Amino acid sequence: MTKDARGADLVAQGLNKSFGGLQAATDLSVSARRGEIHAVIGPNGAGKTTFVHMLSGFLRPDSGKIVFQGHDVTDLSPAARVQRGLARSFQITSVFREFTVLENVILPVQSRLGHSFRFWRPVLSDPTVLEPARALLEEVGLGDRAGVVAGHLAHGEQRQLEIAIALATKPSFLLLDEPMAGMGPDENRALIDFLGALKTDHGMLLVEHDLDAVFALADRITVLVYGRVMASGRPAEIRKDAQVRDAYLGETQV
Amino acid sequence: MTHRLTAAGAVTASVLVLCAAVPYLAPALDEPFYVIVFARIMIWAIAAVSLNLIMGYGGMISFGHAVYLGIGGYAVAILGFHDITSAWVQLPVAIGLSAVVALVFGVICLRTRGIYFIMITLALAQMVYFLGVSAERYGSDDGLNILWRSDFGTRHFDLEDSVVMYYTIFAVLLGCLLVKWRIVFSRFGMVLRASRSNDTRVQAVGVPTFRYRLVAFVIAGVMCGLAGFLQANLERFVSPDMMNWHRSGELILMTVLGGTSTLFGPVVGAVIFLMLSEILSTVTIHWHLVFGPFLVLVVLFARGGVMGLLGSRDTHD
Repeated sequence: MTKDARGADLVAQGLNKSFGGLQAATDLSVSARRGEIHAVIGPNGAGKTTFVHMLSGFLRPDSGKIVFQGHDVTDLSPAARVQRGLARSFQITSVFREFTVLENVILPVQSRLGHSFRFWRPVLSDPTVLEPARALLEEVGLGDRAGVVAGHLAHGEQRQLEIAIALATKPSFLLLDEPMAGMGPDENRALIDFLGALKTDHGMLLVEHDLDAVFALADRITVLVYGRVMASGRPAEIRKDAQVRDAYLGETQV
Repeated sequence: MTHRLTAAGAVTASVLVLCAAVPYLAPALDEPFYVIVFARIMIWAIAAVSLNLIMGYGGMISFGHAVYLGIGGYAVAILGFHDITSAWVQLPVAIGLSAVVALVFGVICLRTRGIYFIMITLALAQMVYFLGVSAERYGSDDGLNILWRSDFGTRHFDLEDSVVMYYTIFAVLLGCLLVKWRIVFSRFGMVLRASRSNDTRVQAVGVPTFRYRLVAFVIAGVMCGLAGFLQANLERFVSPDMMNWHRSGELILMTVLGGTSTLFGPVVGAVIFLMLSEILSTVTIHWHLVFGPFLVLVVLFARGGVMGLLGSRDTHD
């Protein structure tokens, strides 16, 4: 899909972050390789979302470094990271509720095409924006919902749109924060297939609670507990790891 | 956008036709006073339209927007006081000064959100207001008279002619509506509207929203400065009261009354607000007692304002 997908890799080195007395990340190092889905799992409060916020630039680590495709992006704003090809989705659905589905993906398309200091031409009659936006909606299966106001979509469709918005920036790497949140089993299966297909073109770091999805998708898994990496490795290794089972997997009976 | 005849569209057309016809209608109805009333209404409408660009579409509730009325007005008055009456000096100064002030205020205010934004815009505007109050040379509280309207240097376009003055205001109103309409639906407007809806998400798709919000803030300031330029010329008078926070509050009320997320709502709001206060104040000196509750009712029961009630949803069509 993108030309620079080959170079996709994301490295976090020794990230630390504390909120007052709470240590949300301690010497956190994760490296996500190109062409792979790297899942980050862990019990509630393990610091998964804090980690995504740091990778995407919404939180600044107290110390440590984030390197994306060979460039240190630790000090870049969220917008600047997206412009380099590092996009994210949100755990809490964060679509533009009063916009139509089409308008929701127009904004990221417009962002990819350069600055938006264009004041005169109506965006809804501009094919350079509309065509890629419509094509993307077809691709993610929301083509026939283009005219619907996003707030009126079913929950599963909103989750789809959530990912579509991130995809519309044509990222080479995707940070997905619990894409399965609140979805039913059927929707889940469809989304697993969809994310699996994206793997060929995108690096992916997936934070997820749904362990079935994680073991179906992930090439590598990192287990976070209290802001620390407890284990990291191939899914088979993680399954076997006694420590991980005690801390996390056992509770949910995998 | 679908082309269909809506009640809101009909109201828009009627109000514009009415504004265009007033200089002919008013003398015919033996009420020549209404020419100046409508000229004033249109100037307020320009200011409300400009406020609504940032408030209705960008979610920036500025409680100091009237400051640009003062800046545009004082540009005319102070230059005139020093015998510089040429519009070719006064107009660029009014526009430029409004832009610079909006840029500086925007850089400060736009780092905050919600109630803090409201309070900081109010505080900054009041600073300028007190600057006007303390400027003894330029009349302090009593204001400053303007002997000559801005001079465009041609007999064919002379603001001293009341008809020319009236239709200049009308043309500026139309121009501002056109500019706002184009902006709202452009790529720039898309960013502005999206940042109102979910600013974090806009940044997360790669758009640094601050600079877009700042530019919108400056455009709105310049538009309102233009209204101040016209107001000073129409009234031949400026005073700090033009930029008092009461005026800013009235601008917000007009906008809410007409409908915040509609293009034409602020114009309707300005017409209703000023006509009602005009009519009610001839009936009773306690007209605020009637007017206040009326505004409360509109805000409570017609969240989209008058235009919202009439079915205008021009942000989604």
